[in-house]
Amino acid sequence: MPETADTARAAATAADGAPLLAVSGLTGWYGESHVLHGMEFDVREGEVVTLLGRNGAGKTTTLKAIMGILAQRKGAIVYEGQELIKLPARAIARLGIAYCPEERGIFASLSVEENLMLPPRVRPGGLSLEQIYALFPNLEERRASQGTKLSGGEQQMLAIGRILRTGAKLLLLDEPTEGLAPVIVQQIGHTIKRLKQQGFTIVLVEQNFRFAASVADRHYVVEQGKVIDTIPNDDIEANIEKLHAYLGV
Amino acid sequence: MFELLGIPPQALFGQLLLGLINGSFYALLSLGLAVIFGLLNIINFTHGAQYMMGAFVAWMLLHYLGIGYWWALVIVPVAVGLTGIVLERLMISRLYHLDHLYGLLLTFGLALIIQGLFRNQYGISGEAYSIPSQLVGAQNLGFMFLPNYRLWVIAVSAAVCLGTWFVIEKTRLGAYLRAATENPVLVGAFGINVPRLVTLTYGFGVGLAALAGVLAAPIYSVNPNMGADLIIVVFAVVVIGGMGSILGAIVTGFGLGLIEGLTRVFYPEGSAVVIFVIMAIVLLVKPAGLFGRTA
Ligand SMILES: Nc1ncnc2c1ncn2[C@@H]1O[C@H](COP(=O)(O)OP(=O)(O)O)[C@@H](O)[C@H]1O
Ligand SMILES: [Mg+2]
Repeated sequence: MPETADTARAAATAADGAPLLAVSGLTGWYGESHVLHGMEFDVREGEVVTLLGRNGAGKTTTLKAIMGILAQRKGAIVYEGQELIKLPARAIARLGIAYCPEERGIFASLSVEENLMLPPRVRPGGLSLEQIYALFPNLEERRASQGTKLSGGEQQMLAIGRILRTGAKLLLLDEPTEGLAPVIVQQIGHTIKRLKQQGFTIVLVEQNFRFAASVADRHYVVEQGKVIDTIPNDDIEANIEKLHAYLGV
Repeated sequence: MFELLGIPPQALFGQLLLGLINGSFYALLSLGLAVIFGLLNIINFTHGAQYMMGAFVAWMLLHYLGIGYWWALVIVPVAVGLTGIVLERLMISRLYHLDHLYGLLLTFGLALIIQGLFRNQYGISGEAYSIPSQLVGAQNLGFMFLPNYRLWVIAVSAAVCLGTWFVIEKTRLGAYLRAATENPVLVGAFGINVPRLVTLTYGFGVGLAALAGVLAAPIYSVNPNMGADLIIVVFAVVVIGGMGSILGAIVTGFGLGLIEGLTRVFYPEGSAVVIFVIMAIVLLVKPAGLFGRTA
């Protein structure tokens, strides 16, 4: 494989020990339609960063590309110094990256506990079933229910809880607060902060920047398949006008 | 001696037994089809030919190598299952991104080729395969004789069906299978090797067909058309039970065998078509099948 300038640069930054994940020059397509136009961003170990942007900006597609489930992708995605762009999804998962999809992906033919136990352990150091139940007590009460019989909020907790067992270090969470009641959004916010304390690194896709500001270290603003701005969370108040304009709120 | 609606009990129980035997084969075969359809989304038209291969390989083991029934019961499903794995890897797996229809055409074509090869080699007169000595004889139940071998077939089929159901519904491997049936992409993104799961599932379904073939060898004559005749009925069973439903395949298989047997007692003229009549009614009333999930 010929090494592009992008690959070389991304590999070099990873080798410095700085970012856990470095995405550069990432382009992606669905059939003929070109959706990602050179995404550039990186995530350091232990950080929570968000991808903010309007509907259709390419946030979900970016997560799919990192996870290896976007069939047509090019560019460089370097994780712990290793290039992922050519790897199949199952190999990427085995390196310790876990994905919580926007549609949650709860399996109807599996019980709550079977859903939780489904993703295999890929690394040591994941949470135990007891720890996950301590984080989401609702799930324990409903452990024998059919996965899709849960409320929307419980399904979201299940979708997050499910990837905590595996030992994955980098979590890709796609709009975990979408369509949920404020009290549940709050609970998910607490959960994300606790996961950060426990050392997880998180890429969070959000449209709700109030929520994003409450949990993240840094924000990448995505528009038309590109990162157009980076805002440290400490500067978010100063940039509020700009963000409003970006997100069209 | 009592009579039921003017039917002598020997005839009634005899036909019920025959119905259970047929039901054992319907259940084993439709179970394999259901497992394959669930995960691969392919209607495996080669299933009848693979059942026939099961019977023939058992006969060949005995005829050419002197390996008997009990070993055949183990060797044949594995050997024929392996041929299934090769087919899946070399051909069927290339069609997953296309419409159902292509898988159906491919497997139908393969069935014709396999049956043709066996007809060429062995003709259509059929080969005899005798009942293993341990299972010769019958139990006298007073009102009828129950042949030991038939009892054995029913027991093996019921045990294998239950075991398969248990593995799919109650174990971790089964959870992978159910999840991959629903959303293979997400299951892959969790680090599970879905293509390998698919290949093994196809091999397992084919192995079930071959096991049915070994069980059938001592009852029916081993001939190249034995699968083609049976598989039409089995497809009707699958449609009635609901495509892809594991429990549906098992219950419908045994149930329809019994119904067919009863029809033979009370209205013999209808016995050849009763399953198809039921299929038509089910399709009208509940198109997804009795146990099918409506999406
Ligand atoms: N499966 C798909 N096939 C074709 N186009 C798609 C598909 N999924 C998303 N798109 C298109 O790609 C663009 C980016 O979508 P997406 O990544 O889902 O945006 P976001 O998550 O930021 O809302 C949108 O224009 C969307 O219509
Ligand atoms: Mg999205």
